[in-house]
Amino acid sequence: MGKGDKDFEQRLAVAVGRHLEQPAEIRDLHRLTGGAVAETWWFDAVAGSETHEMILRLARYEEADNSFYVSKRTEAEIQILANTANVPAPNVYFILEAADNIGTGYVMQRIAGESIPRKILRDEQYTGARDLMARQCGGILCRIHAMSHDSISGLKILKTDQQLVDQYAMYESFDEPRPVFEFAFNWLKANAPEDPAPCLVHADFRNGNLIVGPEGVRSVLDWEMAHLGDPMEDLGWLCVNSWRFGNIDKPVGGFGEREDLFAGYEAAGGRVDPEKVQYWEVFGTLKWGLICRFQSLMHLSGSVRSVELAAIGRRVSETELDLLQLLT
Amino acid sequence: MTGEKPSSRELVTAVKEFMETKVIQSVDKHTAFHARVAANVLATVDRELELGPELAIAEKERLTTLLKTDGNRSALNKELCLRIRDKKIDLENPELIEHLYQTVMGRLSIDNPRYSAYLKALEAR
Repeated sequence: MGKGDKDFEQRLAVAVGRHLEQPAEIRDLHRLTGGAVAETWWFDAVAGSETHEMILRLARYEEADNSFYVSKRTEAEIQILANTANVPAPNVYFILEAADNIGTGYVMQRIAGESIPRKILRDEQYTGARDLMARQCGGILCRIHAMSHDSISGLKILKTDQQLVDQYAMYESFDEPRPVFEFAFNWLKANAPEDPAPCLVHADFRNGNLIVGPEGVRSVLDWEMAHLGDPMEDLGWLCVNSWRFGNIDKPVGGFGEREDLFAGYEAAGGRVDPEKVQYWEVFGTLKWGLICRFQSLMHLSGSVRSVELAAIGRRVSETELDLLQLLT
Repeated sequence: MTGEKPSSRELVTAVKEFMETKVIQSVDKHTAFHARVAANVLATVDRELELGPELAIAEKERLTTLLKTDGNRSALNKELCLRIRDKKIDLENPELIEHLYQTVMGRLSIDNPRYSAYLKALEAR
């Protein structure tokens, strides 16, 4: 099955037509760059006199029971729930069925705006947005953490010590000694905070997964790492240097200050523990380093051949330097 | 090094220039993105060919001094990791911190010398 070819487009037209309850034609179908575990396809669906702007999210390889990622179905369910909780996420139109013969995934609303970090951080039209975004992110994160998630069965509770065990197992599976990572694991084990009552954690809330307009954050993407755990994990992850894209002196996503992030979170009714945020920044830096190595192994093992995945393996050293700066 | 001409570095640079000046402009956006990634990969390979051997020797020498034992670089790194795991050596040790910084900075001079934290650390040192 060639994704993106005429047959693929035809099958997508049938599925979209069922959702719209009238025949639909697919236009301008193309794959967007990025996404190691999911593919994102851009298209318009023309039905009658109306054009619907849509996005197809597809699992990139067969979904296994994996503690790092939720299924595409769960991801869709979370986005649907987010929309009822005043959290900006693209509306989900429908979840693909096996009979659609397209893959595992769902079709969602296409939100206009910018998601490329370097443009958000450098283009003049986002100057005003950059001043607002840290505070906005605080508010959105607080509302995510307050979401009532009982209706979603695919979410796992990830306690901090369990996450450390899982991450260490992944590190060991690489069989590559990295002294800086050993130190980071020691520090994380010795300084692990107590687990609070588990709440919904996005776990990939960062510059690059936000759709931004001149007025600030419009929508939050990529819910595939969501789980139940410590809410401070999200705040720490957002501050990881890798997501500052060169603006190292703006700790929140390269656009803002921690004080504004925390103020936005507390104004929305949450409580911030800055020490825990720092803990999760260290954890997040290590986790990103391990993800980089893991993604390059997806290429090296032959499961997904891609120069992009191969190259990301050489970004591990970036996180090693960040960890040294954080721990010494 | 075989001493053959053009050298590995010259060949890699030739392919990188081909990607940058011919390929990126003449393919679709999605492929152009990957062609740019490919050109960056070749730049990394070129830096590794230039800097890698000396950095590896220096790293091994530091490890030998630090651990007071001999072996190849991989075995020494494994030994260092074991000692860290067993808490026989910690980050209070200035010699160790210096070794880790030099090793990581050396690696970044190959992997990504434009990384923000690398540039900042170079300035600070």
